[in-house]
Amino acid sequence: MISLRRRLFLILLVATGVIWLSAVAWIYQVSRAEVEHVLDTRLQEAARMVDSLVAGHMPASPAEPVVIPGGETSSYERQLSCQIWSLDGRLIARSSGAPDEQLAGPAPGFSERVVDGERWRIFTVDDAAKGVRVMVGDRLGLRDQLIADLIKGLLWPTLLVAPLLGLLIWVSLGRGLRPLGDITTALKARDAEDMRPIDAGHAPAEIRPLADALNTLFAKVEAARQQEREVTAFAAHELKTPLAGLKTQTQIALAASDEEIRNGALRQILSSVDRTTRLVRQLLVLAKLDAGSLTMPVTPVSLGDIIDEICAISGPTPACRIVVDPLLYDRRVPTDREILTIALRNLHENAVQHSPAGGTISWRFTPDGFGVVVEDEGPGVDADELPHVRQRFYRGRSRSPVGSGLGLAIVEVASARIGWSLHLENRAEGRGFRAELRRVGNAIPA
Amino acid sequence: MRILVVEDDPILADGLKVGLGLAGATADLVGSCGDARSALAAHDFDAVVLDVMLPDGSGLEVLKEMRGAGDRTPVLLLTALDEVSDRIRGLDGGADDYLSKPFDLDELAARIRAIARRASGRAAPLLVAGDLVLDPASMSAAQDGAEIPLSRREFAVLSLLMERPGIIRSKGEIEDRLYGWHEEVESNAVEVHVHNLRAKIGRTAIETVRGLGYRMRDAG
Repeated sequence: MISLRRRLFLILLVATGVIWLSAVAWIYQVSRAEVEHVLDTRLQEAARMVDSLVAGHMPASPAEPVVIPGGETSSYERQLSCQIWSLDGRLIARSSGAPDEQLAGPAPGFSERVVDGERWRIFTVDDAAKGVRVMVGDRLGLRDQLIADLIKGLLWPTLLVAPLLGLLIWVSLGRGLRPLGDITTALKARDAEDMRPIDAGHAPAEIRPLADALNTLFAKVEAARQQEREVTAFAAHELKTPLAGLKTQTQIALAASDEEIRNGALRQILSSVDRTTRLVRQLLVLAKLDAGSLTMPVTPVSLGDIIDEICAISGPTPACRIVVDPLLYDRRVPTDREILTIALRNLHENAVQHSPAGGTISWRFTPDGFGVVVEDEGPGVDADELPHVRQRFYRGRSRSPVGSGLGLAIVEVASARIGWSLHLENRAEGRGFRAELRRVGNAIPA
Repeated sequence: MRILVVEDDPILADGLKVGLGLAGATADLVGSCGDARSALAAHDFDAVVLDVMLPDGSGLEVLKEMRGAGDRTPVLLLTALDEVSDRIRGLDGGADDYLSKPFDLDELAARIRAIARRASGRAAPLLVAGDLVLDPASMSAAQDGAEIPLSRREFAVLSLLMERPGIIRSKGEIEDRLYGWHEEVESNAVEVHVHNLRAKIGRTAIETVRGLGYRMRDAG
């Protein structure tokens, strides 16, 4: 990409050049017309003047035409030539620079003609009373030279001024672009941690939108990093607590002489390891989802098959019964299978954790076919906690002992990744919680 | 010692209850700020082990309220946040000590003994009454240099009486020290423990104040 300064410089230079050349062309046209007009008038005047000076009786047939001498000091003075002809076609007199050949035809008025290889413009006056025809001619080559000299006179200073003008434009651009350079320097000098906004107050109006946009970006990046820091802090807390539990229980198991206390501690260690394993798995899934490193091709998948797979991986759920609507096996939904599995697995685990003994967990399509619903018969979520349950590490008052506080956050992120949305509510009829995943925009095909 | 443990993680909380029990203390468990407030309002504790991140708020809030209300119960903060600024905030908020998770159970017990001892105005780690010496750290007792084997509960009763020699401790107070909330209190347990103690350390060391309770006879 060509630099802004160079680009502006070229544009300005070309634009200035074009305007200048147009002006020259225009001046050329106007001057030419004016010069033609003035010279034609002079030609006409000269012809009449010569005619009026011709004596009434010219020699009837001179042996030689009279040559009227004329100074030839400068190029322009040789411009005019004059011939005096008798009406019957004899050359009576001519000026010194004029050719012997007749300059023009017999018609009076203006005419143009090539004589001896030179183009002439001639004015002819017939004087019947005196019996003479006066022709005054002008070399067109000289006229062109006159105009060319005029234009050259205009162009020479221009060519001298052009480099100066270019320099001036270059320097002015440099000065004009300095605020941009200042911002660049300030940004270059920053380290990666510095997310302070750029001072846009003194920036020119053209740069302010850029500065504002950068500041908005900084704010977003800062917010994202803040959230990351919070999540890391939370993750540290959430991991250290089970580690503290493990250590304490291990010390008890080592120190206790009582068999019952030791076995109790060992059982606690076992369940703590299970819980911590799940927490680590959840954190990894969330990190992968956040990083966007999970992308699989979109394929038609059967939700029923996925739910069966999840149940097989998660192990038996002796306390509750899982009912899957047969339609979930029949219809296929085009989506990213791996990410959808993550979302459904967390909904499944959530439902199982909160399900009471003997409860039923049911999976089915929504009546409009736009989403999939899972319902449990657990205690549900208090209305004041409902807005918070998707927050990372939020564990409400009715927490399950194995909950990581990450499940619904994962469902939320995962479903958003594949263009689905998560809706949570307590069941309107009876006890339990209802989670619905909806495809945004598209119906699940029948 | 009767200790209130405010910790929401069930496995860690269980570990603290059992572990502090092994160290000769009785721990009561609560898992939220709200429950901690009710427990503190209803009972006297020798020390509080307080987790900072609780489901319904920060343990620091509970601590601030305690200190604001003039409660001088020693508090040990437990937290997974180990930034220096967090520790400073905790200690400035009125905490007596601070431990980062994960911690050593024995160190926790020692720190609790230390803050409880300071709160009771004693500097020496050993409890002494006459020819009796109690070491709360090793849960051992000695009389005239000879070690006396004591059960965990006998030790708890004796250490409560020896913390403030001459002060009368009611049967209820002793029961509070011996049993957590969910433990069944046997009706004559205190009498049985005092009877057994007298058999081990001599009949005159523990004096019965009829209708009020028990106290250590002043030395000399």
